[in-house]
Amino acid sequence: MGFADLANPSRFLSLAERALPWLVVATAAVFAIGLYQALLVAPDDYQQGATVKIMFIHVPNAWLAMLCWTVMSIAALGTLVWRHPLADVAAKAAAPLGTAFTFLCLVTGSLWGRPMWGAYWVWDGRLTSVLVLFLMYLAVLALWRTIEDPSRAARAVAILTLVGAINLPIIKFSVDWWATLHQPASVFRMGAPTIHPAILVPLLIMGVAFMLLFVTLHLAAMRNEILRRRVRTLLLMQAQAGA
Amino acid sequence: MSALAALLVRDIRLAVRLGGGAPIGVLFFLIVVTLVPFALGPDLGLLRRIGPAILWLGALLASLLALDRLFAADYEDGSLDLILMSSVPLELAVAAKAVAHWLTTGLPLVIASPVLGLFLDLDPWPMGAVALTLLIGTPALTFIGTVGAALAVTLRRGSLIVAVLILPLTIPVLIFGVAAANTAIVGPVPFGPPFTILCGLTLISFVIGPVAAAAALRHGLE
Repeated sequence: MGFADLANPSRFLSLAERALPWLVVATAAVFAIGLYQALLVAPDDYQQGATVKIMFIHVPNAWLAMLCWTVMSIAALGTLVWRHPLADVAAKAAAPLGTAFTFLCLVTGSLWGRPMWGAYWVWDGRLTSVLVLFLMYLAVLALWRTIEDPSRAARAVAILTLVGAINLPIIKFSVDWWATLHQPASVFRMGAPTIHPAILVPLLIMGVAFMLLFVTLHLAAMRNEILRRRVRTLLLMQAQAGA
Repeated sequence: MSALAALLVRDIRLAVRLGGGAPIGVLFFLIVVTLVPFALGPDLGLLRRIGPAILWLGALLASLLALDRLFAADYEDGSLDLILMSSVPLELAVAAKAVAHWLTTGLPLVIASPVLGLFLDLDPWPMGAVALTLLIGTPALTFIGTVGAALAVTLRRGSLIVAVLILPLTIPVLIFGVAAANTAIVGPVPFGPPFTILCGLTLISFVIGPVAAAAALRHGLE
């Protein structure tokens, strides 16, 4: 089965139906291993104590926050270049997930920051960039909701996503420059250049677990979106037939 | 070329004769700057220190005000369809409209900024720095804004969503604009680096803005 077959929504649906149970099981299993490793096996940090455990949730969320925008950008290319409805669906399904991961990254970060820095929020370069990313996600969600026709909304959002993809590195650079201008740069430095394997391995497992979670949720959300569009089309046809 | 010039002249003429553009934008700018002392207190020392930041924020918000009408009016009276069908590349037409929009809304803000600087007790050199950074920076705001205006052109509830889409993208311009202007007051960095980066951002926006806005218009109107 090639990539082109996947592009057929019905094929995609049947594949998703078959893959989803396995993905759910795999996600749960890797989460179980990862959480066990992270919470029970991994040692406490000699400075931060038990609060370092927040990292195992926080860092994968930050990775996924960026990954989701990448997925949306690739889907946006699919929307604009190939005009493929499945790309629209992929972009639409990824947007709320990316928002949620970014939100979780911010929340866990500030919960971690409270014992570490004595404040829930500091205007550090990294935090501020993630906050801007969160605002961009919210803008994308707002645009999805404002345009009624799904394929028109998809194209508008695709353009915004790509403009965002070009601008996000610029914003990141600007915010870093701004942050170093305003304060010493060493507020938030994660560990030494190398993280000890006792912490790195659970972190990577948690990263895989969150990645699987994203794939599972994304696939399920795409399936729901395809079904939702079919229902919408059927209702429109029904209304036209009745009129 | 003459078509672009005609478009430019037409947009400027419309903005000047219809009203609601430049004077309202400058008035909004003035009101924002007036509100700040009510919030912070009339301490001239404090106002002098944060003056460039206030002026930049005011100009940023004021330049967003009229953006949602950039394509909406043309969409409503059908001239946007004519622009789309004409032989002029849509990207250039968008750029011409953006230039006209900046001349009628952005430039008045730049001209007004030294006067408003007086309210904030800015010295001549910081005042000049603010005006110069605004002169370079506000075109970037307008050109980035065209993307939002083009995305929202077919929406009936446009204005707020344009601001939501555009403001996060304007952060780099704000950062480097204020940083360059602030070096005139108390600067850990010299004027050159942030100012040249601001120029770079403006040049980037000249490319990204019209291309993305034209794509949005093509996809939105078909």
